[in-house]
Amino acid sequence: MSTDTVIYVDNNSTTRVAPEVVEAMLPYLNTWYGNPSSPHAFGEVSRKAVEKARGQVAALLGALPEEIIFTGCGTESDNAAILSALENDVKRRKIVTTAVEHPAILSLCKVLQQRGYHIDYVPVDTKGRLNLEHFRQIVSEETAIVSVMWANNESGNLYPVQEIAEIAHAKGALFHTDAVQAVGKIPVNLKDGRIDFLSMSGHKLHAPKGVGVLYRRKGVKFNQFVIGGHQEHGLRAGTENVPGIVGLGRAAELAEQFLYEEQTKVRALRDHLEARLLALCPDPLVNGDPEHRLPNTANISFKYIEGESILMLINQFGICASSGSACTSGSLEPSHVLRAMSVPQIAIHGSIRFSLCRYNTRQEIDTIIEKLPPVIKRLREISPYGR
Amino acid sequence: MHIYLDHNATTRPDPAVVAEMLPCLGEIFGNPSSAHTFGQEARRVADLARQRVAAFLGAHTDEIVFTSGGSEACNQLLHGLARPGRHIVVSGIEHPAVLAPCAALEACGVRITRVAADASGVVHPEAVAAALTPETGLVSVMLVNNDTGVIQPVAEIAKLAHARGVPVHTDAVQAAGKIPVDVRALGVDFLTLSAHKFNGPKGVGALYIRGGRELPPLIRGGGQENRRRAGTENLPGIAGFGKACELAAVRLNGEKTEERKNGRINTGNGGSVDAGNAGTETGELRNYLETKIVELFPDAVVNGAAAERVSNTSLISFPGVNAQALALNLDLAGVAISTGSACSSSSRDPSHVLLAMGRTPQQALEAVRFSVGPGNTAAEIEHALQLLAAAVPRLRKVG
Amino acid sequence: MWNYTEKVMDHFLNPRNVGEIANADGIGEVGSIVCGDAMKLYIKLDAKKERIAEAKFQTFGCASAIASASALTEMVKGKTVAEAEKLTNQDIAHFLGELPEEKMHCSVMGMEAMQAALANCRGLPAPAVCDHSHNPHAAPDPQLDRVVCHCFQVTERKIREVVEMNNLQTVEQVTHYTKAGGGCGGCREEIDEIIKAVHGEAKKKQAAADQPQSPKMTNLQRITLIQKTFDTEIRGALQADGGDVELLDIDGDTVTVKLVGRCSGCASAHHTLKNWIEAKLREKVGPSINVVEGK
Repeated sequence: MSTDTVIYVDNNSTTRVAPEVVEAMLPYLNTWYGNPSSPHAFGEVSRKAVEKARGQVAALLGALPEEIIFTGCGTESDNAAILSALENDVKRRKIVTTAVEHPAILSLCKVLQQRGYHIDYVPVDTKGRLNLEHFRQIVSEETAIVSVMWANNESGNLYPVQEIAEIAHAKGALFHTDAVQAVGKIPVNLKDGRIDFLSMSGHKLHAPKGVGVLYRRKGVKFNQFVIGGHQEHGLRAGTENVPGIVGLGRAAELAEQFLYEEQTKVRALRDHLEARLLALCPDPLVNGDPEHRLPNTANISFKYIEGESILMLINQFGICASSGSACTSGSLEPSHVLRAMSVPQIAIHGSIRFSLCRYNTRQEIDTIIEKLPPVIKRLREISPYGR
Repeated sequence: MHIYLDHNATTRPDPAVVAEMLPCLGEIFGNPSSAHTFGQEARRVADLARQRVAAFLGAHTDEIVFTSGGSEACNQLLHGLARPGRHIVVSGIEHPAVLAPCAALEACGVRITRVAADASGVVHPEAVAAALTPETGLVSVMLVNNDTGVIQPVAEIAKLAHARGVPVHTDAVQAAGKIPVDVRALGVDFLTLSAHKFNGPKGVGALYIRGGRELPPLIRGGGQENRRRAGTENLPGIAGFGKACELAAVRLNGEKTEERKNGRINTGNGGSVDAGNAGTETGELRNYLETKIVELFPDAVVNGAAAERVSNTSLISFPGVNAQALALNLDLAGVAISTGSACSSSSRDPSHVLLAMGRTPQQALEAVRFSVGPGNTAAEIEHALQLLAAAVPRLRKVG
Repeated sequence: MWNYTEKVMDHFLNPRNVGEIANADGIGEVGSIVCGDAMKLYIKLDAKKERIAEAKFQTFGCASAIASASALTEMVKGKTVAEAEKLTNQDIAHFLGELPEEKMHCSVMGMEAMQAALANCRGLPAPAVCDHSHNPHAAPDPQLDRVVCHCFQVTERKIREVVEMNNLQTVEQVTHYTKAGGGCGGCREEIDEIIKAVHGEAKKKQAAADQPQSPKMTNLQRITLIQKTFDTEIRGALQADGGDVELLDIDGDTVTVKLVGRCSGCASAHHTLKNWIEAKLREKVGPSINVVEGK
């Protein structure tokens, strides 16, 4: 299936690589392939390219270049930040996080629990919102690190991470945020903030897969997670993925340029899509907080029918989205995020997430608006419920 | 003029590898875990690459875990098998990606024994066996050393270790693409690979885990790679990696059967690949380089010459000459070489590999590494020799 | 996503016999909203009440679920009641040109809907929602009818029947066919025991024809050997790692242990060590030893 016949609205899952990014990468695949750690001029070309990219990423985040560590992926950054925090303060055995984090955080916490750490999962309300008061009550002098995502990948909810970071610091705990979904969609400015660690993933902002970032605030101790050579100034071993890093740098530059468009044009497309679907489809339910969410995400439940069926029927028209249903989750359980939001059972399996990007057009959105409602109605006819 | 004689540090991605990667940077951008057709296409690409890597190693696809590189793979292995009170036996000539995690584990109550190499850079199976104890949980000896190029007797080591019930890992990062690597023939339980050492892209590697062996993930999360390595798969990297394995397998095979024509080997389907890296052409150039250097400087020591080596590597000590200064000299004249493992060359420490071979710290500061690869020519070697002929005496006077 | 066959896609995109039957002779309802799939099957018999004249369905579920139900209605039309009762999930899957293994539970749901509709026909009580013990002729049995998987409410009876019917070998397969073990995972070991039991019983029949076993031991000899193996081979190795194991009980071929020390806190240690202990005992004592963890 060529990209021409496809309407891709699953950008929270992964994004297409921007052509400018591929262009930036190619010389480092074809010609300037030196190892940045090599002590010769050829390696120096690669080293300079990595440092340039570091600056570009730092600029997007409002950070210092020396605070940027390139990793293999966002998940690695998550693992590295939390484990480092625990290693550096063995007296503190508690972690505070939320019930709606990405599996990258939750799986790690589950294992840590088995090793004897105490994990608190702060709940969300029915709109997916966090209550700062919960953090004030739970975070204590025994907390090693608090980890809260900046934006939720399923519902699009935005979280008050700067405030939560302050609560963490008041008790001497570190603060980490999984900003994988936020970076490139909303302004992220770490300058003068309280955030100690931030995770970022290239393939969510039109950079290639295979490269991530761990931001580490200057002065905060960090233990090498991948241990070996002295790459990344001794913070992350392994020959740098130079083309990937160069690509990420360029993508970061573009993301900064297009941030305004994301907030306006993309948001408008999302709003239009959501409004029309709510008007045209039977029994829809918006999951999340429309007041505070990512500009590109719409998570809508269609009652009495199931998500995989919806996805497969719209896929016939080239529309690619995703769902919180059990059948699409890879496990047999539906989205833990929607469950944490107490989305009613009859709606949870029929949830569809549309996540747009700056490449989506009005025409594409209008096609979805045209094709989806009949699909919903058809599946309702087949369903034993909702009669 | 720019001459690259540092192929052990990294190699140029083969044009066919880049061609394989481009669709993944274009239309095939789906997440392999996704439900829709985009995801399916991505999954197919990943599956094909995995088959190629598995075939390259003589392994089963279930036994391959993709990582971000060799270092991550080594970390996963060592962290996965370490337990307080356990004992691990490694060679003293391992790459920092093995030695550094071992040092970190020592701080956590894991006992490490580092087995020295002999003067030729070979780690003897008997020496490894002698280090084994009832608490030993792992033996790790690299297949080819990155500095000396010496091929280690891993199959014999594996036999001895298995007789005592100890699993074996070999870091094959430098071996892959230079000599055949067959996990069944070697008998190892774990093996680590890195694509950019044999004309694949940077940022991707693999961990081979013998069927039935359990190893926890290093990176936890969404359950990718059969719950053995979380994180969205580096699809372009993986695709390139698979292609690099396919090309290397053909090269090594062609080299074996001597199907060479004009420096290229027929792939059998109408195509052909560069005959360079794995064998005879590179070997000839390396041998010529060494012969000439010894002629010019009779006191130069070719480290590991007495042992079986891969055909492209030459680690040479020039007594009385500081290696870093020599490398810099050549660099300024446009010739890229190295002084040992790229990872540690930024520091001023003597090569730990040479130290493990019984050299003095002074001697260990005097070795430069030439690693030949596809594309190098006789003219380039001549040019390098001329530069050496001038630089070595000059630096001796200074030193 | 799932690599669906053309036939599955056809029955999903163009499902046959969607709807209700006004005066149905039997209605079978299985699954629920909570489970994420549900099927309602309506059947109408012919005048002689021997054959199924009409079948219709409604499904809340994925493509496989809808396709399975559509296939089912096509398959049963014209069949006698006795023939319909013999319908297995394999038949449905074959009709569709095979389903991905992870979706086999949809075909099982189809089979159960059929059984429920037939039970309803006979005036027997319809199975409760999510009660997957479906064979109306089986006598109730507290052991078999207890719920093994609480996340998906799957009974031992259902697991046994599906294992036998489909010759399943692994826990993962049982999850694909019944969903059991796919939630919290707490019942996976128990499912493993059930699989072993089902196959063990089948093997026993074969064992008589097989080569003679290793020399038989008396009970006392076996217990002594197990204890000796623990003391000389097993505990020492674990203690070297900071762990230990307590031998709690020996009952026939089942050895109950408890991991203590460093081992007890680590989940991956449990699995690896249990297998290792089991392998050691099987090597030293006998191939039919099973190790289970006790409290």
